[in-house]
Amino acid sequence: MLGEALSDAPEGLSETLALIDGLDDALVHGLGRTDETHLQALTNVAAVFAGSPLAEPVTESIRKIAAGSVTDDHLLALAGARVALLGSVHDALQSGLDHAFGRVRAPFPVTAAEVSVPPGIRSWLRELAITGWRGVDHEIAASGARAVPGLLEDPRQRRLAVLVDGLAAELMAGAPVATLSQVPARRWADLWSRALTLSSAEVPAAPVKGRFLPLGADLREHPTAVQVQVHGLLEAGAVVRVVRTTVTAAKVDTITGPSVWRMFPGVPVLLGALAGHQSVEVDGMRVTASGDLLWDESLATAGEAADPFTTARVQLGGAVGSSLSPLDRHPAAISEPVLLEGYSASPESLEVDGAVVAVDPLPSAGPLTPALVSSSSACIGLLRWDAGRWFVRPLAVQATVRKKAVAMHTGDWALGPTEAKAAKAEAAAGVAVEVLRERAGRLLRK
Amino acid sequence: MDAGVVDRDEAGPVRSSTSPQVPPVNPRKLAKVPFLELSEGRLQGVVSSGSDIERVYVSSVSSGDHGLSCSTNNNRPCGGLSSTYACKHIQGLLAEAEKQFGTARVARYLTIEIAEGETLFSGLHPTQAPSRAAEVFSSFLRHLAYLEIPVSTEPLPEMQWFPAGPVPK
Repeated sequence: MLGEALSDAPEGLSETLALIDGLDDALVHGLGRTDETHLQALTNVAAVFAGSPLAEPVTESIRKIAAGSVTDDHLLALAGARVALLGSVHDALQSGLDHAFGRVRAPFPVTAAEVSVPPGIRSWLRELAITGWRGVDHEIAASGARAVPGLLEDPRQRRLAVLVDGLAAELMAGAPVATLSQVPARRWADLWSRALTLSSAEVPAAPVKGRFLPLGADLREHPTAVQVQVHGLLEAGAVVRVVRTTVTAAKVDTITGPSVWRMFPGVPVLLGALAGHQSVEVDGMRVTASGDLLWDESLATAGEAADPFTTARVQLGGAVGSSLSPLDRHPAAISEPVLLEGYSASPESLEVDGAVVAVDPLPSAGPLTPALVSSSSACIGLLRWDAGRWFVRPLAVQATVRKKAVAMHTGDWALGPTEAKAAKAEAAAGVAVEVLRERAGRLLRK
Repeated sequence: MDAGVVDRDEAGPVRSSTSPQVPPVNPRKLAKVPFLELSEGRLQGVVSSGSDIERVYVSSVSSGDHGLSCSTNNNRPCGGLSSTYACKHIQGLLAEAEKQFGTARVARYLTIEIAEGETLFSGLHPTQAPSRAAEVFSSFLRHLAYLEIPVSTEPLPEMQWFPAGPVPK
């Protein structure tokens, strides 16, 4: 079952991706100087929306692009079409996995989305679209980053600030993009359309009382942000739900590796539960309709020991999943926590139920290594889909090292590396955080 | 392709959503050069003074013409810099940039041609450039301000596009 879901492409996948590729290639070239091929690719996108509410705005935006008079609203329609196409890819891939795992998923309630991107960012995104990725130079790239400090002052714009900073850093590193041999067309179009369609709508959330059982920690990082996302199960009443809880800190590029864990001093209960393999009692903490436990340290108490492998073996199979909000659906948003066993492993891939799944690069902030993965017999990981195939991102493995059974988890290092050599290196590198704080204290308050 | 850009998939990064294009930088000691960046067509940064803890130097090297500038945060020109020779602050800046980004990425950005195994400094053909102290210093302050921003516990799903990976060797 799982093998089929991991090796067979859903019906219509390649046709849908071809439409998206056509749009992405037009953005590489620039909407300010589209040729016949690009206009045809955009017209093909419009055609699949015939009869839907997007048909008219998308068709109109293509007319304006051809006439060279595109406005923000036209770009929003185009970005919306792209989001819808990728949302359908997400739904097809996710339902294939759910079918294989027998996962029941609660539907997402209908909410009204309201796009709330400030004019300065909208004009930057318009300039990028008109110029095309190939036309991006140092100046255009940097002008996006310059808007970020203002955004960061407003907590409601944190998502946009983190996204724009990540995209701008890549454009600055690549500028002048015309000299790159390859442009990451899908990725930059993802980030661009995501920024344009970012909505401020509140996702419905309700307080819960129960027990949170961590399965593992996933780390995300760009030059000015680091995020730990803890996947786990929430026992509340008779229902066990698959949830995740997420903490994001601002940082600078020179803070990296295991030192990033130092950026979360405000969540000792969460980090302690990761490092100590414990459950957490939560009382009144809110969980959203999309399955996000909104972490509040004041509503959390360290619980009893809970081995993530036991949690996964006993309870993950029957736990209820959640659905993402429509604007968040994208193949890159699939991160399905799974327990894999009985596979044959190499450092680069796992062969699971006859399907070969690539192993993601492992973060330097945790103890997992390719050698450990290739000698493992069980793995808690996240199944992900990218560039036409499935990946697994290991969060924990059980392996045999020098004839001894060991279990290693990314979150083992949440309170600092547990391995002597790495701890020593972290102690030296961690001084970076202190040096910058000292400099900040001395220079910022003048 | 830029040596600093990750090319993870055999099919290349063109149709990938989640291959970050800026790899994490190499960790380095920050005491001497707390901040440096490749920005606005320059390698620019802040170099701590060896003698006065309250003083920093602001140094930069421009891309292409290798225009050098170095002055204190109070805009006094660095005494060690001449039109043909880089001061110790600029030498320190280049050396730390090599540690942070790798020699190839800095060389590409500044268009410095060097033979294998040589330092960036040896490939420099310096000219003098106007001081950028005010801009670089405010860039440093923006950089430091990130450390003052509170932690967020909202989902921030955009970070799914930025998986943490290994630090390149």
